Amino acid sequence: MNAPAPSPFNYAFAASACGGLATRVARADVVMRCSGALWIEGAQALVVADLHLEKGSSYARRGQLLPPYDTRETLGRLEAEIAATKPAVVVLLGDTFHDRKSEARLAPDDAERLRGLATGRRLVWVIGNHDADGPQTLPGEAVDEIVLGGLTLRHEPRAGAQPGEVAGHLHPAARVVAPRGTVRRRCFVTDGERTVLPAFGAYAGGLNVLDAAFAGLFVRPPLAGALGAARVRAIGWRRLAGD
Amino acid sequence: MADAGATAPDLLPPRFQAWFEGRGWAPRAHQLEMVAKAREGRDALLIAPTGGGKTLAGFLPTLIELSERPPGNTPRGLHTLYISPLKALAVDVERNLGKPIAEMGLPIVAESRTGDTGVARRQRQRVKPPDILLTTPEQLALLCAWEGARLYFQDLRCVILDEIHTLHASKRGDLLALDLARLQVLAPALRRVGLSATVDDPEVIKNWMASHGRADALPCPLRGGGSSIDLVRGPPGAEPIVDVLLSEGRVPWSGHTAQHAMAEVYEVIKKARIALVFVNTRFQAEFAFQELWKLNDDGLPIALHHGSLAAEQRRKVEAAMARGELRAVVCTSTLDLGIDWGDVDLVIQLASPKGASRMVQRIGRANHRLDEPSRALFVPANRFEMLECQAAREAIAENKLDGDPPRVGALDVLAQHVMGCAVSEPFDMLTLYDEVRSAGPYRDLSWEDFEAVVDFVSTGGYALKTYDRFRRIVKLPDGTWRVRNLQVAQRHRLNVGAIVSPAMLSVRVGTRRGQGGRKVGEVEEGMLEMLDPGDTFVFAGQVWELLGVTSLDVLVRPANDREPKMPSWGGSKFALSTYLAKRVRQLMFDEEHWKVLPTDVCEWLGAQKDRSLIVAEDEMLLETFPRGRRNFMVVYPFEGRLTHTTLAMLLTRRLERLGVGPLGFVCNDYAMAIWALEPMDSLDFAELFSEDMLGDDLEAWLSESFMMKRAFKACAIISGLIEKRFPGAETKTGRQITFSTDLIYDVLRRHEPDHLLLRCARADAATGLVDVARLGDMLTRIRGRIRHSPLDRLSPFSVPILLEIGKERSPGQAGERILAEAEEDLIAEATR
Repeated sequence: MNAPAPSPFNYAFAASACGGLATRVARADVVMRCSGALWIEGAQALVVADLHLEKGSSYARRGQLLPPYDTRETLGRLEAEIAATKPAVVVLLGDTFHDRKSEARLAPDDAERLRGLATGRRLVWVIGNHDADGPQTLPGEAVDEIVLGGLTLRHEPRAGAQPGEVAGHLHPAARVVAPRGTVRRRCFVTDGERTVLPAFGAYAGGLNVLDAAFAGLFVRPPLAGALGAARVRAIGWRRLAGD
Repeated sequence: MADAGATAPDLLPPRFQAWFEGRGWAPRAHQLEMVAKAREGRDALLIAPTGGGKTLAGFLPTLIELSERPPGNTPRGLHTLYISPLKALAVDVERNLGKPIAEMGLPIVAESRTGDTGVARRQRQRVKPPDILLTTPEQLALLCAWEGARLYFQDLRCVILDEIHTLHASKRGDLLALDLARLQVLAPALRRVGLSATVDDPEVIKNWMASHGRADALPCPLRGGGSSIDLVRGPPGAEPIVDVLLSEGRVPWSGHTAQHAMAEVYEVIKKARIALVFVNTRFQAEFAFQELWKLNDDGLPIALHHGSLAAEQRRKVEAAMARGELRAVVCTSTLDLGIDWGDVDLVIQLASPKGASRMVQRIGRANHRLDEPSRALFVPANRFEMLECQAAREAIAENKLDGDPPRVGALDVLAQHVMGCAVSEPFDMLTLYDEVRSAGPYRDLSWEDFEAVVDFVSTGGYALKTYDRFRRIVKLPDGTWRVRNLQVAQRHRLNVGAIVSPAMLSVRVGTRRGQGGRKVGEVEEGMLEMLDPGDTFVFAGQVWELLGVTSLDVLVRPANDREPKMPSWGGSKFALSTYLAKRVRQLMFDEEHWKVLPTDVCEWLGAQKDRSLIVAEDEMLLETFPRGRRNFMVVYPFEGRLTHTTLAMLLTRRLERLGVGPLGFVCNDYAMAIWALEPMDSLDFAELFSEDMLGDDLEAWLSESFMMKRAFKACAIISGLIEKRFPGAETKTGRQITFSTDLIYDVLRRHEPDHLLLRCARADAATGLVDVARLGDMLTRIRGRIRHSPLDRLSPFSVPILLEIGKERSPGQAGERILAEAEEDLIAEATR
């Protein structure tokens, strides 16, 4: 981004009780949570993107034997978020599985926990590019996109202005530069009009928000909500650096 | 020293005698002794100083054997394998070996094979092996992982391990020992020959290079650990002449640059024929090079040589050196090893040498002739270094050297080796277990650990058994194990080796379009964290401005800045050796001894004695004093920065619990200072420094620390869990796919804290990165011997360490604070 606009932010943000960051996307109240999940107040919905379940076994299939605990780790985090927020709707925002055969590779107890997510609430699977077939035997509705609380939830952000869009797919990560040093964290990105969620999966990597893939999505220099240990930190665009 | 009455005519064929005579040489006693050992079929370790004809002594038996071999019609296999720690050294030896071969007209082919060797030559070497192959441990591991390894090595008679003292105490050494064990099985008649510089304890190296086995377990007779290796000693060589530059009246309190002494150093260079100026870090090299050129009114050809420079640039310097066109080269450890440069007559060590053995190696670079003494000059950069340099000078004069302790072979390296074996041919687990235990570093390997390693190689070794169908090695009906398929084998071969280097970025001159142009060299990724775009810094002998960093390149442009921002650096990357530390403490306590020191340093010691304490060699001084609104505790263990940093991290946790409110700490090679809100005068120091801090405190701190993550990453790569390279797997942007090992570490630590790789990482962190063993020895040493000196203000000794406060960068854990700072910035901007 060559010339960050000098204009003051026209969107508000505040720390929320859970350590998250409360803000508005296209006039809808949302909380960027420390886990990387997004809370949509108006729909009582919890949104998580890019779980990439069974990424470990996907690598193992090709001879790289990564620890097989990524699915249970990710599910553990998600269950903790559900317990904390008691949502009416849980939205899995695409690339929930790492590949099309992931569901078949699930350990029986992990599959059971996934089924449990749909009990007592609505479970929505937004289709992504890694899991284009949607769930085969698991419960929940599979959709390409869905409108909740005035926001449009889809996996891959669309080019051009998309007010009210909530998307994943890009795995945003921020490299934050301060006088004391540099850190790299997963992050939310928002310009107040739309937002891109960080990847939620234990083995999901991050793409620097300065990458060309983010160019053109935002109408003004956006804000990065970097995931800290117990808080989401609002980081201005000029504090960010490339990898 | 040669065997009773064995003389040149008995041992050397006429052709060889004539060659020696023709050059006006007589074969040296140790060269003949090596020939005699070969005749008897004995393994041998030759210990000789640089310039003692060591390499020729190693090869002489091979040359004789090959020259006496009857002409045959059948193609022959490899006869001798030579392993060098450096690619450049293998190539250098190839050239040097070519001389006697050509001059005697011997029908012998000797060729090098390194990562730089062309594909055509490598393929030819595989089909038609030379008589002598000169290569590196990594290439050997690759050769052992060939499918045809058994056939390729079956005729091998001799393996020569050069500069063995630099190899044995490392993961490369572990890997090499395992490959030696393999070679011995493939070629039972194989003889092992080690070449080493002077070492303190040859037994350690003998044990490393010997085949440890019971006669019934191995096909070779007479194998019985270190005692199966015969020791051959070269002549001691002339005593080196070592001086310490006193810089009377100007020895600085702190710092690592020796800037105060540059004019003196320049004068010394002017008087020498060719000088090598050794420094300990690349930054020091750059700095010294700049300073010398500022003074260089005579336009002396002074060059720079360190590992970050582009290979082409390094080769230019090396060639100019070999032609005798240079007067001085400022260099780092890249020139430590025995590549022959001709006429160096003076070695200058800028800043302290940190260990006597390394220094003897460096001094050996001057005068490759044994009858003339080597000359060396130590240039201490600060007052404590003055003590250290004097202690090192005396240790060298008494020929007292410090050595590496023996090490236990790492399991991640073993995993790589097991995979290599399976790739080469099916193995039987019991047979391989015996083979592995014949390697020195693995002689005490338990069956449980070996089983765990094989399981790791096969399935990843996880308690959750979901990967059985993805096994990388599989058990055949006859009970042997082999690699699952060609792809797995191919990927293993792409990732062989035990050196994990930090991520390197290319430094390139930026073009107008923001792209990378000419390559100037490479830097470690970490160095950039200290620089922001627009900053100027010195690299490759020039001042540059940092333009920015793309994914793999650092873009720079030449700057005219006279005062470049020097990234702060922590002095030497080498720790002060335990032995030298002890001598420094002795020197300090012995007032009579102070006369070797310049007056200002003596006065400083005297003032310390009056104002605080100087303690005996076996005691540790602990000072407490207030300063500003803080309370300081300074201790002087002299155990090296690494040990002190670990100690400081652990003490901070304890002080926190005691409610003292520790605020920060700083460490150097000699001392450690901690400051806190509350005074610390009345603490129970025996309790505070008790050895149990190495228990739970260490465990808790370590598992969170970035050092564990770094150690884990190295183990993950070496063991083959993470592949650095795999065929055809590049992203659209051309970058190799890399998997963040930090993510894996976090998941594995939570779900299987006792996994093999976490055990490996813990062991590595405890030795290499935090040096727990040394800290433990130190805590034992000072038990009941802490001398507390409560002061009302700082002491003369504490000045150097306090001067370092603020120069330090906070370690990687400060992440949260960095985020908070960045956020405050946004808030300020938003509320403006």
